[in-house]
Amino acid sequence: MKSGLYGFLFAMWGLIIIGGGIMVVLLGPFSIQQFGDFHWLIASGIKVTVALFLVVIWILILSKLKNYIFKKELNS
Amino acid sequence: MIELIIPAIISCILAFFVVYFTTPPLIKILVKKNYTVKDMNKQENVMVARPGGISIILGIVVSEIVLYGFFQLNEILAIIIITTAAFAIGYVDDRKVMGGWFKPLTLAIAALPIIFLGAYSSDLAFPLFGDVQIPLLYLGLIIFMIPITGNTINSIDVFNGVASGFMVIASFTLSICLFILQNYEIAIVSLPLGFVSLAFYKYHKIPSKIFPGDSGALTFGAMYGVIAIVGGVEIIAAIALLPAVINSFLFLSSVKRVVEHRQIKGKPVEFTSDFKLKATNDKTAPVTLVRLILAGGPLTEKQVGFAIFKLAIFSGILAIITAFMMGVSL
Repeated sequence: MKSGLYGFLFAMWGLIIIGGGIMVVLLGPFSIQQFGDFHWLIASGIKVTVALFLVVIWILILSKLKNYIFKKELNS
Repeated sequence: MIELIIPAIISCILAFFVVYFTTPPLIKILVKKNYTVKDMNKQENVMVARPGGISIILGIVVSEIVLYGFFQLNEILAIIIITTAAFAIGYVDDRKVMGGWFKPLTLAIAALPIIFLGAYSSDLAFPLFGDVQIPLLYLGLIIFMIPITGNTINSIDVFNGVASGFMVIASFTLSICLFILQNYEIAIVSLPLGFVSLAFYKYHKIPSKIFPGDSGALTFGAMYGVIAIVGGVEIIAAIALLPAVINSFLFLSSVKRVVEHRQIKGKPVEFTSDFKLKATNDKTAPVTLVRLILAGGPLTEKQVGFAIFKLAIFSGILAIITAFMMGVSL
């Protein structure tokens, strides 16, 4: 069980690093110029949406991972 | 460099000894006023003084005011204001049982001074890949971060010494990471949190003489969250806090709503005949970090505490590795 917890911690760490990479690669260079003074606001709004989508995916992966790692132990 | 070392030493000594010397009289006053609660994990009817948040906030405020005298940073003002607000929110919850919404909402409001004081940078730094600028998203992150760190530390305050011991490991890890990243001023500003936690751990460790209460746990968590934001080490702070994050994540993913622990009917753990803790088979009980630790077999309260500390050290090592990775770019 304890190795399962350490594995889960390590997986969370890996997901944070990968998620961060996606954020930087996808969202970092993203910008909009054709909306005048509001371009930063619209670009930020799109970044927020993409980031929230990534967080939802991150939570879903963690939930699946949690079930995979811990289900056997909890049922035993 | 010497102009940084002197304030660092003074503030650390103050942080440690203010808590070390004010906690024993605080325990006496709380016991005299009958501000005690039953230690649910003891066989005998043991009553423990609560809340210890009063000495914790005193140690933090005194040491941070001294640091403000040296540095005059808005970041220190943000720490003092938000940590004090978190203490007040926790103290209200210690005295009067509030709904599940109370702490997240009020802590989100308490986070606003970071924005008003401009004590943040909207760049979010990731290891290997660099920074991403997210001005609007970052404002949301500030408002969410303080309730999350506050409630995360509060949720791990389950056994004698766990919350304060965990904070010792997590906060010193964060300070080490800030030094690695050469953010020396914020690293020094963060040190009192570790020393306050260490001094409080002396009285909180098993068998506890005092519990931090919501006021203490929220003070710890809020200060940790503010340091993460003003130091620009949000990702590293989240990694150092992972065991507590897992606890909250498991709890929320099994309960599927924001709810106070006391409102949950099912018990995740129970006692064996020799008064060890063991995981229950109760399907209605939330899955928690402690329940998972105990799935391997019954353990004493002290052994569960040390299992949590080992996980905290492991995530602390991951956080330090991440800090070194910040300087590497793919």
